[in-house]
Amino acid sequence: MSTWDNNPVLKVEHLTMRFGGLTAVGDLSFNVGRGDITALIGPNGAGKTTVFNCITGFYKPTEGRLVMNRSSGDKHLLERMADFKITADAKVARTFQNIRLFGGMTILENLMVAQHNPLMVASNWTIGGLLGLGGYKKSNVEAIETAKYWLERTDLIDRADVPAADLCYGDQRRLEIARAMCTGPELLCLDEPAAGLNPKESLELNTLLQFIRKEHGTSVLLIEHDMSVVMEISDHVVVLDYGVKISDGTPEFVKNDPHVIAAYLGVEDDEVEQVEEEVGIV
Amino acid sequence: MMQARQRDSLFVASVKDSLGGALVAFALACVMVGLKVDVASGRGAELFLEHRWLAVAIAVALVFVVRLGMNMFFWKREDAPSLGLSGFLPKGGLGDGSTNLLKYGMLVLAVALPFALMYYLGSRGSRQYIDLAILVLTYVMLGWGLNIVVGLAGLLDLGYVAFYAVGAYSYALLAHYFGFSFWICLPLAGILAAFWGIILGFPVLRLRGDYLAIVTLAFGEIIRVVLLNWYEFTGGPDGLSGIPRPSFFGLEFTRGEGGFADFFGLKYNSIHRIIFLYYLIFIMAMFTNFVTMRLRRMPIGRAWEALREDEIACRALGINTTNTKLTAFALGAMFGGFAGSFFATRQGFISPESFTFLESAIILAIVVLGGLGSQVGVVIASIVMIGGFEMFREFEEYRMLVFGIIMVVIMVWKPRGLVSSRTPSVALSKNAKGISADLVQEGHG
Repeated sequence: MSTWDNNPVLKVEHLTMRFGGLTAVGDLSFNVGRGDITALIGPNGAGKTTVFNCITGFYKPTEGRLVMNRSSGDKHLLERMADFKITADAKVARTFQNIRLFGGMTILENLMVAQHNPLMVASNWTIGGLLGLGGYKKSNVEAIETAKYWLERTDLIDRADVPAADLCYGDQRRLEIARAMCTGPELLCLDEPAAGLNPKESLELNTLLQFIRKEHGTSVLLIEHDMSVVMEISDHVVVLDYGVKISDGTPEFVKNDPHVIAAYLGVEDDEVEQVEEEVGIV
Repeated sequence: MMQARQRDSLFVASVKDSLGGALVAFALACVMVGLKVDVASGRGAELFLEHRWLAVAIAVALVFVVRLGMNMFFWKREDAPSLGLSGFLPKGGLGDGSTNLLKYGMLVLAVALPFALMYYLGSRGSRQYIDLAILVLTYVMLGWGLNIVVGLAGLLDLGYVAFYAVGAYSYALLAHYFGFSFWICLPLAGILAAFWGIILGFPVLRLRGDYLAIVTLAFGEIIRVVLLNWYEFTGGPDGLSGIPRPSFFGLEFTRGEGGFADFFGLKYNSIHRIIFLYYLIFIMAMFTNFVTMRLRRMPIGRAWEALREDEIACRALGINTTNTKLTAFALGAMFGGFAGSFFATRQGFISPESFTFLESAIILAIVVLGGLGSQVGVVIASIVMIGGFEMFREFEEYRMLVFGIIMVVIMVWKPRGLVSSRTPSVALSKNAKGISADLVQEGHG
């Protein structure tokens, strides 16, 4: 029994997602440990992003259960919730593989939009705010402070009033993480956060993720191709291939798993049969 | 030498191209202009063919000459004078400072306008201009209302006039059947319009982009057709007349005892009512503006703009997009309803003819020409579109042509509208810059 099975923040149980005749994810089960950085890896088209979309409600899974255990003890069945409720109530936040920022809004505004729900309550669903009641002003200042905190953490504070579309690629990636953190998540899902980053930026990302996990107790689930990120920071790695889990364990365990080597790294043509036999595919 | 050869080739190329154009024009004009079938009045209404070769020659020559000129001076030249010309046109959005100046200048002008007109033109001469100003302000208010839906939330609404109609008919019918006064009906009209906005919005806002546009277009037509055909209730094409005028804190604008003029010891003049209507719509429009600007700084306003930028990202941030769209729709509809009830009380008579698709198109054109999401832009566009349109009445049918050309020119010159920069709703530093429109999304429903 591994640590992530003792007190999982997210339990994925028998998750299946079919698109017509295509089974993108088939009977996938794994746990995301509380406070862990869990990596979901696999070759292109393995169904990683589909799993993400199921967890964050953008797809409704064909079969299976997704149980989110909040630290407060509340349980949420994500497969039954509307996508925006998953962020609002179950506190699962996500970023996107192809960055989705509000390009025409400033960086600060992007982070303010992320705090929409608490601010809506503070403004008495706009009415109080419109009348200028004090509660909203206070919350607004607090929201700006939260935004500033994350801007400092992501080194974007100097550019707070710049439109998000003007940022360079690496900054946009960091801003998306900051924006997701502004929703106050307990589980942060990152879809290829290191894609397109140079080695230095990649290193900074590692530091940022470690910080998020350590200081905020936020569990992180990430999809990543960059093995330097995966092997360095993750506590737990789940490997998918053709929608099926082929390995699940610590980075060291996964690295040496022949299933993974065969699926992920590939083998020489003349070794295929031999490896397949060892692995037991044939 | 080099220069001469290039000139030569430029000329030859231009002539060749123009000859080609002239040939196409000839082929088209031969049939369309050259031959005319007419009814001979003298010979027992017999059809006969008339030849107009001179007109064909003129058309061909015109195409050749104009095309040659365009080729020589604009299209084929590398140093086209049009490049120099663009230097004279103001670049980008109006600067922050000049926009501010413009804003307050227009505000002062709007407040002083009726008195200035009265002073210079007298009550007789100024009446038509104040009437025009009222019309412009009505469109400013409608533009600002629609700006919430189209400019901020990015939902393309082609049936905005439906809410204008709901507002107008709410007041007219409530006054007609229950004898309610304007001041009671004004909020009711707004509420009813917002209610219809929600009724329409709830099933429809799942649609996006073009589909939403078509459904709103259909909704606008449904409202008009219902008003047209429900003869017993709405008077159908006959419309409703005798809609009561608004009172000034209970004072009617009537001659004699107890009227507005009598109470203030003024000599009765029908212009008082017009000026009152002017300030009424002015205050209503400014209220619309005030609420919108305040909402932009609220979470709901930011959510609207975020929705316009990227709906999927909004959902990933826990924003209930359906409700957010619905509030934008309902609020836009509410201001449309207010404007509608004002329209009814000003005209004293309404019929479904006032609420055709053309109205929706004009309001949308005002918002788009002014610059999506820009409040000042809407004012400028209304003045240009409505004021200009009325001012050039003597040009008769040509004004439609000029109107079309102006719209095309504005859209070519400034594709994102006249005032196209976006002011951030919140900023850390005091001197935050406006955001260029190139970065701002237009929304896809």
